[in-house]
Amino acid sequence: MADNMGVLVFCEVTNGKLAGSAAEGLGIGKQLAASLGQELNAVLIGSGVNANADMVASLGAAKVYVADDPILKDYQTDPYIQVLQKVAAEMKPAILILGQSSVGRDLAPRIAFRLGSSATLDCIELAIDPAGKKLLMTKPVYGGNARAIFTSVTMPQVVTIRTKAMTPAQPDPSKKGQVIKVDAGLTPDSVKAKLVNKVAQQAEGVRLEDAAVVVCGGRGIGGAEGFKQLDELAKLLKGATGASRPPCDNGWLPQTQQIGLTGKIVAPELYIAIALSGSSQHMSGCSGSKTIVAINKDPEANIFREARFGVVGDWKKILPAFTAKVKELLAA
Amino acid sequence: MNLIVCVKQVIDPEAPPASFKIDPATNKATVQGAAPVIDPYGEYAVEASLKIKEAKGGKVTAVCLGTALQREVVKKPLSMGADDLVLLEDEAYVNGDTWSTASALAAAIKKIGAYDIILTGREASDTNAGQVGPAIAEILGIPCATIVKKIEILDGKARVERMVADGYEVIEIPLPCVLTITNELGEPRYPTIKGIMMAKRKEPIVWKPADLGVDAAKLGASGSRAKMAKLFQPVKEGKCEIIGGDTPEEAAAKLAMRLREAKVL
Repeated sequence: MADNMGVLVFCEVTNGKLAGSAAEGLGIGKQLAASLGQELNAVLIGSGVNANADMVASLGAAKVYVADDPILKDYQTDPYIQVLQKVAAEMKPAILILGQSSVGRDLAPRIAFRLGSSATLDCIELAIDPAGKKLLMTKPVYGGNARAIFTSVTMPQVVTIRTKAMTPAQPDPSKKGQVIKVDAGLTPDSVKAKLVNKVAQQAEGVRLEDAAVVVCGGRGIGGAEGFKQLDELAKLLKGATGASRPPCDNGWLPQTQQIGLTGKIVAPELYIAIALSGSSQHMSGCSGSKTIVAINKDPEANIFREARFGVVGDWKKILPAFTAKVKELLAA
Repeated sequence: MNLIVCVKQVIDPEAPPASFKIDPATNKATVQGAAPVIDPYGEYAVEASLKIKEAKGGKVTAVCLGTALQREVVKKPLSMGADDLVLLEDEAYVNGDTWSTASALAAAIKKIGAYDIILTGREASDTNAGQVGPAIAEILGIPCATIVKKIEILDGKARVERMVADGYEVIEIPLPCVLTITNELGEPRYPTIKGIMMAKRKEPIVWKPADLGVDAAKLGASGSRAKMAKLFQPVKEGKCEIIGGDTPEEAAAKLAMRLREAKVL
């Protein structure tokens, strides 16, 4: 256990670009490495990802482990575990950080268990305990009703970080890192669970995760038709439309537009919550928003405990008048 | 097809947030006035296993780990259509982490013997960990696909659809394997009257650590790789400015103006 040193950040690459979680992982990783007085390193896995190494170094990684192989083009669990296992054997990190993405939530537990340790997923806070130098991992539990702080008995301490919960590292182009090629000895047999197709179901317009304004509807919207009014406001504000779980389960909106613990995590400047109660599970997906505005007919709804501004009433009467006034204000 | 589905008894996640309390002395959560339930994602896993059984035939065995397991709660998989129920009910099993929990479940799965697919929910509503399925896969040395919404059985493998941020992936995974199931699968079936009657008559099989041949030191808290240092409820500020008006339309217009004034718009 005493052998394990330093922080390793798995930098996810999507469509050739570094995912947001990479800079966020390096941001918190840098702080943790400084607290420990140890090194911050990174690992890149994919095909053609060598091109991202300089960027990762500029974000603060001293060593950048790169596994660049056509087998790694798309995320597949087994070869990715094999690569991380190889890198972990070489570096013996004390801390391994991944993003809480489709990839990270699949990969983190598997690599942690493979290395004889365990993982804590969806962390919103990470710090080093000054006494024991252990990583204190804070994550929401009970669907966001509570938070738990975990420590790991085993090494490495593996975590995923919640989207936008950590401050991203800023690039410094003068910083150069050491690029280390990783040969994990991959063969086609390395792939057990094989990806055979990817089906995109992305909504048109601004991506929910990138939107500065999110207009989100709940069960009270009552059907797919009602969401067209939300779309109209979202379009006006150059934002995106989302939903809590019930509208998605009812098929009013695609599942990819679900916001919450088991859907997307968003942190826009403005979050307009319409006809949704604000359950803990839903708030887990949007509580990082800068300003939350609520429209709900129930004055006791939990959303009014989370919102900065609110109107109590029937959204069918309020939303058209609100959209009209916003249009007028933006035109002025 | 031999299908094993892992379910968990949890405090009701749909109970009102106001009824949710934490005992700081024990780091345990309770809800007042609500009975425990089978974890919702676990129910989706039961539904997935029953769908496979309908398509390909076979047997569904539900496994549940915990203490004070209420029979009418944990028998739900039986009333939905599962064939057998195994309970790992002992103080030695509980207060553990994902790893020690999965170690006990994997030992039970080995004792059951034949398995083609092991199913779990994508994550439990209490721990929100999402790791028991992957841990079972690691212990048994078999592949795993997570957050699965559709399963089709082919020759010696399963073709599954896995939810990702911008859609879904189609994955072919050799059997035996572990699949963790998400709500996009579709609503779990309701128990039928016949199912409820059958479940009433069926006695669950209870296995203690000695039955599994597992050292109690590897189970529960003593077998854990992660420790919970603290469980707490975040403090909410709750400073909402309610905008009123004589009519809903007037309140709406005032809200827009207030947001403009606050430079939110």
